[in-house]
Amino acid sequence: MQAFIVYYTEISRYLIALLITFYAYEAFTVFRITDEGRQGNIFVRQNILMLLIHLSCFVSIFFATGEMRYLFFYIMQVIVLLAAIRLFKLLYPLANRLLINNMCLLLSIGFAVLTRLSYERAMRQFFIATASLVLAMFVPLVIRRVKLLRKIRWIYAAVGITALATVLLFGPLIYGSRRILTIAGVTFQPSEIVKILFVFFVAASFFLSVKFSHIIITTAIAAVHVAILAASRDLGTALIFFVVFVFMVYLATGKWLYLLAGGVCGSVAAITAYHLFGHVQVRVQAFLDPWSVIDAQGYQITQSLFSIANGGLFGLGFYQGRPSGIPIVEADFIFSAIAEELGLIFAVCILLVCLSSFVMFMNIAAILNDRFYQLIAFGFGIMYIFQIFLAVGGGTRFIPMTGLTLPFISYGGSSIFVSTIIFAIVASLYIVRADETQREERGKRKQDNEKN
Amino acid sequence: MKKTNQFKRQIMGVTWFFVALFIVMAGYIVVYALVNEQEMAENTFNDIQIILMEQNTRGTIYASDGEVLAQTKTDANGSESRIYPYENTFAHAVGFATHGRMGIEAIANYYLIQSSISLSERAGNATNGVKNPGDSIHATLRVDLQEIAHTALAGYRGAVIVTEPQTGKILAMVSRPDFAPGQIAAIWSGLLADTESSVLLNRVTQGLYPPGSTFKIMTALQYLRENNLDIESYHFNCRGYFSAFGERINCFAGIAHGNEDFSFSFAKSCNSSFANIGISLDQDQFAITLNELMFGVGQPSPLVYNRSSVELNDETTDAELLQIMIGQGRTLVTPQHLHMITSAIANDGVLAEPYLLEEVRNVNGEIVRSFGNNDTLRLMSISEAESMRQLMAEVVLMGTATRLRNSSYTAAGKTGSAEFGAAKGESHAWFTGFAPVENPQIAVTIIIEGAGTGGDYAVPIAARLFEQYFK
Repeated sequence: MQAFIVYYTEISRYLIALLITFYAYEAFTVFRITDEGRQGNIFVRQNILMLLIHLSCFVSIFFATGEMRYLFFYIMQVIVLLAAIRLFKLLYPLANRLLINNMCLLLSIGFAVLTRLSYERAMRQFFIATASLVLAMFVPLVIRRVKLLRKIRWIYAAVGITALATVLLFGPLIYGSRRILTIAGVTFQPSEIVKILFVFFVAASFFLSVKFSHIIITTAIAAVHVAILAASRDLGTALIFFVVFVFMVYLATGKWLYLLAGGVCGSVAAITAYHLFGHVQVRVQAFLDPWSVIDAQGYQITQSLFSIANGGLFGLGFYQGRPSGIPIVEADFIFSAIAEELGLIFAVCILLVCLSSFVMFMNIAAILNDRFYQLIAFGFGIMYIFQIFLAVGGGTRFIPMTGLTLPFISYGGSSIFVSTIIFAIVASLYIVRADETQREERGKRKQDNEKN
Repeated sequence: MKKTNQFKRQIMGVTWFFVALFIVMAGYIVVYALVNEQEMAENTFNDIQIILMEQNTRGTIYASDGEVLAQTKTDANGSESRIYPYENTFAHAVGFATHGRMGIEAIANYYLIQSSISLSERAGNATNGVKNPGDSIHATLRVDLQEIAHTALAGYRGAVIVTEPQTGKILAMVSRPDFAPGQIAAIWSGLLADTESSVLLNRVTQGLYPPGSTFKIMTALQYLRENNLDIESYHFNCRGYFSAFGERINCFAGIAHGNEDFSFSFAKSCNSSFANIGISLDQDQFAITLNELMFGVGQPSPLVYNRSSVELNDETTDAELLQIMIGQGRTLVTPQHLHMITSAIANDGVLAEPYLLEEVRNVNGEIVRSFGNNDTLRLMSISEAESMRQLMAEVVLMGTATRLRNSSYTAAGKTGSAEFGAAKGESHAWFTGFAPVENPQIAVTIIIEGAGTGGDYAVPIAARLFEQYFK
């Protein structure tokens, strides 16, 4: 048996890398294929690949621990993942399947890695993800039926700002920033949920008007969001809000000058933040030269770099490394934990899958005729990819650390909930587009009939 | 419709921007990780070492002739101990692997804790519940030469390094006082408490000594450079001392060398003549030469080392300069550094960087990595090296190292008797040299602290090492 485990561990390193490479490849070929039948085959293959990757990770976990509870947990996870895929397809045949597949793949990897790091946390993550998926089933209904969504921009702004202000005033200070709130025993991260409201607010606002005076008002309200986040010292999230806003202004107005202005403002804000906040200076120092402060401020980032380097291309093998050496590995440094045990190839493929989801977001934005929906898809796309950029770039010393989660993979209930809802929203915007096409075709037919 | 197309272009532009950003980021991550993998694995903060040590037993270190220098034995209870069969003989060269690391145990740690065996062997080990055997290191060290050098220094403090100048292979590296690496746990606190004898210091690479007359190698080289290798026209009448700038330089034991040429001055190590040579040299040019010879800068040392230093700058007074030229004053060198200069002279001016690790092999003897073809560094021109070899050959033929004169091989070198401390007469015995003169195969550098003259104490050790090598 021991010998078999050795063989399995070695073979699975290459097998998993191969499977995910194939998945990532297909996540991009899907864009070039228009034939629905062939697309459908790809989506099914992707689901099989996902299950195989998930299974091979759990076999390693089972070998390493030998505990039955992991077997039950595995079965529960498979049921939920398959149910999500099947139900979405049944309820909304027109929903975007690539997004659903990618979401489930990332979730499955997150489950496996978290299970390996901490059974209890993985359990919690699993239940929140399941609840989020259930809620996500209703998202297309809301998006298609509720016409009010584009008219209540003041409600988005009011609720969002109130929520953020509440955190600033009443949230506990953890790791130097105020991010969480506990209401009726439930602890969550309001800024995550406000992300959705914020994009809706900006989209609704620019849908209404892109006159200069109107842009000023919208900018002022967006700035209030960012300012409160900065005051809570949740600078990573503040940066995301800021960048998303700048890009949405750019799309709404069509003027690249806004990007430039945003860049200038962002740089000024970054320099100000550096001088204002001690923990920004610490992080910049840890970014510039972590090796000289390896036992202090540089500890986290150097441990993360060690993990990535130790894994090499194919990783040490699942359950063969020591990812728990990195502080807050399950949230901010999950990418490094993945790279250590599953390898660089796997880690890069994860990035490609994220990129594929982003490209799909943008494709959906591009084909939508409805400006409101278009802005929403675009805004969420920027939000999604920029957060991954900050999370992965920060954990690998490509950019300074901001301490953000990797959507669907990192531990964090609010993050997983919001990521799921965002994917569901964009996937249903795809349905909206399909509705549009159907209407157009029907309209055309009607016209044709009338002519005849 | 036109408007819609513009939006599409905008969206696609932003898409491509982020795609490009991610490709750059992914490329950076992969390249950074792969390029720095070994360096990061050797960092003591990296847990990979703990992971590997749980899976593999530490590999064996072999001498070049296959003798075991360090080995890990596992007893019935599974507890491991590191055995050093030659005990103190290889103390600093092989080093130790607990309580920090030193010597080969330190520089080869990355290889010693890996196991490059086949998958089926690993599976077999897992079945039997034993760890995988770590890869072994085949060092360049030779047991016979190491033992001779180690015995020769018995009772003294000092250092010996023996290399092949053409390849840079380190054949022997001895530092005294020494310790038993196998007992490091027991003696550790004692070693740390003892600040006076600095047992843990590898005197070969870290010991900083006044170079004494061996520094005349630098002075002579500078003279060759400034006079187009012409030494024939140099003549000097030594009266046993030399006075200039209010400084009086004495020859060793006050001996007056009389009328002498350059070669004789070098062979007899005439302080007065070299003080005279020294004042003729261009100070700025000399500073450049010394820099090229790696004074005050880094050296290609395989082990932890100290930088040699010479205080030659704008503030150096003429009196100080005189002292520098004959190797006294505040100049400090490590034996390994002086040895590198000698090796370069022996090897047509090119330093083959010294190295200790020859090969990494797995437990079955299959080569995992080979370290041959190490880097080289030119320290002087071929003709300068040629002239220096002739000068150093004369030292053996008629100078201070005549104890090396024999019928079976030719040798060359330079002795030194470096005075230290305030007391007159106490000196470190130096010798640095190589053999045979025509085609140097072996170079040695020896220092014995406070023993006396280089000719009396260091040269005989060189003779024993050469004899063994050519046997």
